[in-house]
Amino acid sequence: MQPFELVRPTSAAEAAAAFRGDAAYLAGGHTLIPAMKAGLRAVERLIDLGTVPGLDGIGLADGRLWIGAMARHAAVAASPVVRQAIPGLARLAGGIGDPQVRARGTLGGSVANNDPAADYPAAVLALDAVIETDRGVHAAEDFFQGMFATALAEGEIITRVGFRLAEAFAYAKFPHPASRYALAGVAVARLPDGVRVAVTGATLGVVRWPEAEAAIATGAPLPRALDHPDLASDLHAGADYRAHLAGVMLARAARAIASGA
Amino acid sequence: MEASMAEVIVNGEARRADVPPHTLLVAWLREGLGLTGTHIGCDTSQCGACNILLDGIPAKACTLLVPQAWGHEVTTIEGLARDGALHPMQAAFREAHGLQCGFCTPGMVMAGIGIALRHGPDVSAETVRHELEGNLCRCTGYQNIVAAIRAGARAMAEAGLLPAREQADAAV
Repeated sequence: MQPFELVRPTSAAEAAAAFRGDAAYLAGGHTLIPAMKAGLRAVERLIDLGTVPGLDGIGLADGRLWIGAMARHAAVAASPVVRQAIPGLARLAGGIGDPQVRARGTLGGSVANNDPAADYPAAVLALDAVIETDRGVHAAEDFFQGMFATALAEGEIITRVGFRLAEAFAYAKFPHPASRYALAGVAVARLPDGVRVAVTGATLGVVRWPEAEAAIATGAPLPRALDHPDLASDLHAGADYRAHLAGVMLARAARAIASGA
Repeated sequence: MEASMAEVIVNGEARRADVPPHTLLVAWLREGLGLTGTHIGCDTSQCGACNILLDGIPAKACTLLVPQAWGHEVTTIEGLARDGALHPMQAAFREAHGLQCGFCTPGMVMAGIGIALRHGPDVSAETVRHELEGNLCRCTGYQNIVAAIRAGARAMAEAGLLPAREQADAAV
């Protein structure tokens, strides 16, 4: 790993002030550190958000479930507040990586990184969430901008994410057997004003699936496969396989919704 | 960074850890402290051979920087035994023959302790298998490892090392 200067701020403002040059924020580190080890990422300055207090709260306000950016996956999975408000979101968090990953990985890190196979972005998009930062608020719809790209400006820090309280929410994924990342994952949310479906893993970045939304809303037959111009294809799974798998995951998530998830 | 902060409690003992910040926790444990029971397997955050307990919770020492452990407690496989007696989870692995070459074993024992803490003494074989998704064994097969963790969880409860059932139920 390339050497870097470490900054350990004690507030978000201090962290943002330290962001200059080729810098990166460290949240749980379970994507960034492997990338740095593999030489895919080198930074001059690493700013550890783990020393900033107050970024991991979980609570209900203004019709939303708010989860702090530094809330670890295990904490979200075990949270009575999350389990009560959006049980499917607690299950999603409890299915990320493995127990050791969940002990360290964070919501903010996952969302800011926007890995095309990560689980959280699908929930953020399906639950029409807002991403609150030290500078303002982003709607999920505008936030995810393709593989590893987001609306975050240079040095902008996610502070918390507000999920809408769905009438029902379910997430189904087919995990890669080693990495546990989604080869295809589908999140379905029934909100007061409609159904939202988001797909991760199958495309080059998280996307909504309008045909699936319409089918669930009207009770029409579900699409059997995902038809999308940006299907992912790599050594783990080809485009056709992923498109089909997305259809299978959609059926599972839709079934869970119908049975009252 | 004040020098006094660059300290990690390793197996109950405060250790100076003023190493370059890009040092991985597993490298410092092994090369800096000579605690070579924590193994480096895949080195890509998947196999669990490097699992340690960070403030009592299993974590991958290959995916932690030493400064992330400053001011925290790290327990390695060398630190589990008490007064010359193996930790109940270690004893269960020996009793159930939950190892063959032993390379993955320290990480398996740590994962097993985490499983016991989260799921309690009556954890099912199915749950143990699922919860071992972050640990790879390349020789024994998992049958005896699963048996060891279930026996270890019961033994930990008998030794008073598990939280009350209510708490364990709430954890995932």
